[in-house]
Amino acid sequence: MSVTTAEPVIRLRGVHRRYPGRPPVRALDGVSLSVAPGELVAIVGPSGSGKSTLLNILGTLDRADAGEVRIDGRDVGALSDKQLSALRAHRIGFVFQQFFLSPGVSALDNVADGLLYTGLSLRERRRRAARTLARVGLADRVRHRPNELSGGQRQRVAVARALVGRPSFLLADEPTGALDSASGAAVLKLLHELHDGGTTVIVITHDHGVAAELPRQVHILDGRIESDETLELV
Amino acid sequence: MSTPRSRLRPRDTVRVAFSGLRARPLRAVLSALGIAVGIAAMVAVVGISASSREQVNQQLDALGTNLLTVAPSQSFVSTAQLPAASVDMVARLDDVESVSAVGIVPDAAVYRSDEIDPNQTNAIAVSAARTDLLDTVSATVASGRWLDDVLSAFPVVVLGSDTAELLGISRTEGDVQVWLGGEWFTVAGVLDPVPLAPELDTSALIGWPAAESLLGFDGAPTTVYQRVAEGAIDEVRTLLPATVDPAAPEEVAVSRPSDALAAQAATDETLTTLLLALGGVALLVGGIGVANTMVIAVLERRSEVGLRRALGATRAHIRRQFLGESVLLAALGGGGGALLGGAATAAFASSRDWPFALPVWVLAGAAGATIVVGALAGAYPAARAARMPPTAALSAV
Ligand SMILES: Nc1ncnc2c1ncn2[C@@H]1O[C@H](COP(=O)(O)OP(=O)(O)O)[C@@H](O)[C@H]1O
Ligand SMILES: [Mg+2]
Repeated sequence: MSVTTAEPVIRLRGVHRRYPGRPPVRALDGVSLSVAPGELVAIVGPSGSGKSTLLNILGTLDRADAGEVRIDGRDVGALSDKQLSALRAHRIGFVFQQFFLSPGVSALDNVADGLLYTGLSLRERRRRAARTLARVGLADRVRHRPNELSGGQRQRVAVARALVGRPSFLLADEPTGALDSASGAAVLKLLHELHDGGTTVIVITHDHGVAAELPRQVHILDGRIESDETLELV
Repeated sequence: MSTPRSRLRPRDTVRVAFSGLRARPLRAVLSALGIAVGIAAMVAVVGISASSREQVNQQLDALGTNLLTVAPSQSFVSTAQLPAASVDMVARLDDVESVSAVGIVPDAAVYRSDEIDPNQTNAIAVSAARTDLLDTVSATVASGRWLDDVLSAFPVVVLGSDTAELLGISRTEGDVQVWLGGEWFTVAGVLDPVPLAPELDTSALIGWPAAESLLGFDGAPTTVYQRVAEGAIDEVRTLLPATVDPAAPEEVAVSRPSDALAAQAATDETLTTLLLALGGVALLVGGIGVANTMVIAVLERRSEVGLRRALGATRAHIRRQFLGESVLLAALGGGGGALLGGAATAAFASSRDWPFALPVWVLAGAAGATIVVGALAGAYPAARAARMPPTAALSAV
């Protein structure tokens, strides 16, 4: 499929983000980036390079100081806080390094919480959550609580929660960072499978090994994009 | 394509707020305790005073509020008497339903036996009583019998409840005698306490003819009791002094004993107010406790707030969540407190043989106060949680 003809899911143009201080930190210094539907992208760079800042802006959790951010064709800078919340509720799925699952709550309800702010009924949320848990291979862990699951399983629950609302793209922040290599590989395999199924996935990582397995790698350093390579995998 | 708004159903708001409390049950219970104590105190105070009022109301319903009492106004003159014709004069009034009287027999005292030194006085008054006294003042006999026309002519006495206790007399089988005014009188009966005429409790009552023939009583009453038609009480009240003593109406005092009973029930009003204020202070302190808990909860749960914002929660959703949690916390305390206060009221009332009364407005007020306290306590923490930028909330791990 052609990357250039489809309307991009994400388009950044000349995005700047600076944190006040002495001297001020230019966490993002003119970042331009386009992600087409169905892509699987790694954003990779060392600690302090601006990855988390970029993730926050891609996820509309933070606003750029300058430049243009378009998510699903919408100019984020022109949207109100409420509209951004709506965008996150319906179009963006987050996966965090620390999972952020609710402790005393079943896998099913953790996943159903991904739909909490869509206004669907609890029944419908659970119905969709069960389906999504099956999709990530946890059909037999529906009633388990996070403390009864392995790290890799927890992250798969978190991926299911991000996925349950059928977002335009998944935003995964160091998704393998808290996992051993076997569990990490399993989570990466899941992301690959989702990509094969047509889901747009953006993985943010400092781990070159992780990035090397993904078809497109955007290298970031000191708030700038150093390189953007799409590997033609055979 | 347009994006629908973020939406959190009201039911889900409650669910989310509740799950926040359930995550730390002990903390929830402890911080609700202050409010529980405050509400319990207020509910119990109001409940107990309502029960006490209810008890007086029931008593007044049973005793009637239409009894008027006439006595000489200079009560400090122990010899003050009313004209001998008083009873007949009062009976002639239109709206008077029944009349009776007692007359204190001057210088007569009563003792358990004739060997007790007469200088050793006691507070017992020897009074001549008309046979219709019992019905007029709604008095009842605890044991034995009351004076009838026959007994009234003989040295027979009926004791007020305090008198019987003072003299140590509990038997009324006809073989117990007391030394009264220099004669032996047989104890025929003992009265129950008389709420509308408590002066009878400390009296020894003998027949009118016996008092005249045996003790030289002159037949002048000291207190006249009359039941008056319900609608004419005020009117009769103004007529009574001149009716009883046309020569000196200003020396006659009319009173309504049921007023005194009702006033007695009202005297604890200041205490009630004080206790209510204390309950209010406890409620305030409880509210501060809840606010403190909520502030801590917001700080501890920054990442939860961040996650919820990432899942699509608006600031308003976050504010409502914490506000709801605070109100639920307060409601937990309020509900527990109301139960506690109700139980305390029931226990107290049953220990005194009072009816149980808990006005609905107290429960409504407690619920209202609880919600207000919870909302006030949660307002600042909730606003703070809502203001947290989602990025700060997520990075604070
Ligand atoms: N809230 C902040 N206030 C000030 N400086 C910040 C803040 N967040 C990040 N930075 C700085 O911005 C730069 C980029 O940080 P970040 O985006 O977290 O990088 P990464 O995630 O790649 O490690 C770093 O130098 C960091 O110290
Ligand atoms: Mg980072």
